[in-house]
Formats: sequence, C-alpha cells, structure tokens
Amino acid sequence: LNNSGYSRAADVSDAVRQIVAEPTAKFIAGGTNLIDLIKEDVARPSRVIDITHLPLNKVEEREDGGLRIGALVPNSDLAYHPQIEARYPLLASAILAGASPQLRNMASTGGNLLQRTRCLYF
Amino acid sequence: MAQLSPAPAKELSASNKMTVMLRVNGVERKLTVAPWTTLLDALRLYLDLTGTKKGCDHGQCGACTVLLDGRRINSCLTLAVMKDGAQVTTVEGLAQGSMLHPLQQAFIDHDAFQCGYCTPGQICSGVGLLAERRAHTADEIRELMSGNICRCGAYPNIVAAIEEVMAGKPARKTGEEGI
Repeated sequence: LNNSGYSRAADVSDAVRQIVAEPTAKFIAGGTNLIDLIKEDVARPSRVIDITHLPLNKVEEREDGGLRIGALVPNSDLAYHPQIEARYPLLASAILAGASPQLRNMASTGGNLLQRTRCLYF
Repeated sequence: MAQLSPAPAKELSASNKMTVMLRVNGVERKLTVAPWTTLLDALRLYLDLTGTKKGCDHGQCGACTVLLDGRRINSCLTLAVMKDGAQVTTVEGLAQGSMLHPLQQAFIDHDAFQCGYCTPGQICSGVGLLAERRAHTADEIRELMSGNICRCGAYPNIVAAIEEVMAGKPARKTGEEGI
C-alpha cells in the first residue's frame, strides 16, 4: 500500500471538517473498494479518514412509511434485515447477488453506492 | 550543474506509526504499525500468525479470511489501525489445545484439501458460515462459500465437511471468541 496517512472522524461534522481541510483525502468505511484501488495505484489518497465509528449503522422506520438506511450498515446486515427481506426483497436479492459473504460483511451501504468502477480495462 | 534535491525519505519515521490493540485468538496483542498496514500483513508480519494466507491480496480468493468480532472478513482489505480493540480469530485460534475445532477435524476426515493453501481461509469462512446459520442445504453452502476459491478443486469435499458439522456437531465455542 502507498504512503497515506490515517485519522479517525470523531463525529459527522468532524468527518466533513477533515475532508474539507484535505480534499485529497478519502473517507474509508468497509475498505473493500478503496483499499483495492489503492493497491492497484488507481486511488492515491493523501490520507484515509476512518468513518467506521460514526453512528450511521442503523436501519430505521420513517414516518412516511419508508426505511432510512445508515451509510455504514454492512451489505450483509442490510440484505438479511427482516424489514428489508419482507418489504424490499428485490434489494435483498440484489445485494446477495453481489460479491461474497466476507465482502458483504465488510462493505457499507454508502460505499456501495459511491463505488468507483472496478474494471481494470476502464 | 543543477543541485540534485535530496530524495524524499522513504523510511517511515516512528512518529508515523500507530499503536493498535487487537485481541487475537483470545490474547491481547499490542502492535505498532504504519497506518496502511492491512490486517493480513499485521497478522503475518507483526504477529507471526502465518496460518492466514495471502492469495490474491484483492479480496477475491478468500485465503486471508479471518473472523473479526465473530464475522468472517477478508483481512487483506482492511487496515489494522481501523480495527483497534477488535477481536480477531485466525485459523490458529480455532483448536483448543490439541483438540481440533469440529470443522478442522471434518476437513481431515473428508480430505477437503490438497495443497492446503486455501484451507485456513476455507475453514475460517466455514466457521463464519456455521455461525451465520443461513445455509441449510449443500447448494446454500456452495453459494455462501463462494468467497473462497480452491485451485485444487477440493470443493465437493469442502462442502461435505461443512455439511457434516452443520448436521451433527454444531460448532463448538472457542474461548471468548464466541465462535
């Protein structure tokens, strides 16, 4: 891995403050995409800002009848969440069709949506 | 002649390193590592736990699978500094003394390996699968073991070993790791 720094975000506003102060840094959560890209020398963040300790790991009911999914909910927890299985089975199936159990245990919902293309020919 | 600027120091100064506490196989291990050290490299290079293997180093082969707080993950795709305070179980931590974990014994009984390189990852992944209780059939075992590749093609015997433990002998608890 390349020579990047590391810091931990204490809360959401601290995470935002850190990334604004250092735009060449990147947030890291599951790491399954970013660490792979760093190893390939595709991503070269000056620092990784660890957001895994932020309280964003819950699936919550919303008053409008929807669900609010925290950015740090792991793919596996989301796919097997009773409310997701019951109300959004397509989402559960889609998640389980991707990656492997180990990667799904690590990968976050937010990181999944923000994933950079992983095709080496791109 | 133009003065050559000194090459940037490649050596990492001690101040760049960070101290991490991991509970590995039930034992607290403090280590001081560069922030970009993967959990896999920390286990192998700093703690001499070379049972966990580096295969592809990209999260595709599963040879580096360990249990982190009881859940199976690819240790090559996470940083040691991110897991400060976590419990890590490697293949070295599954047996109790000379008594093998039921899945280790089942791998031997079913001849579930040939070269053995993928085996630590296969077994840790299998222990994680058993704890998850999502797989109930051979097909489901195959699907949920898809993160572990075996170059020797021992798949039928790996599935048989897991099936046996799943059917008869539920995975035994190992110390405080909650496996």
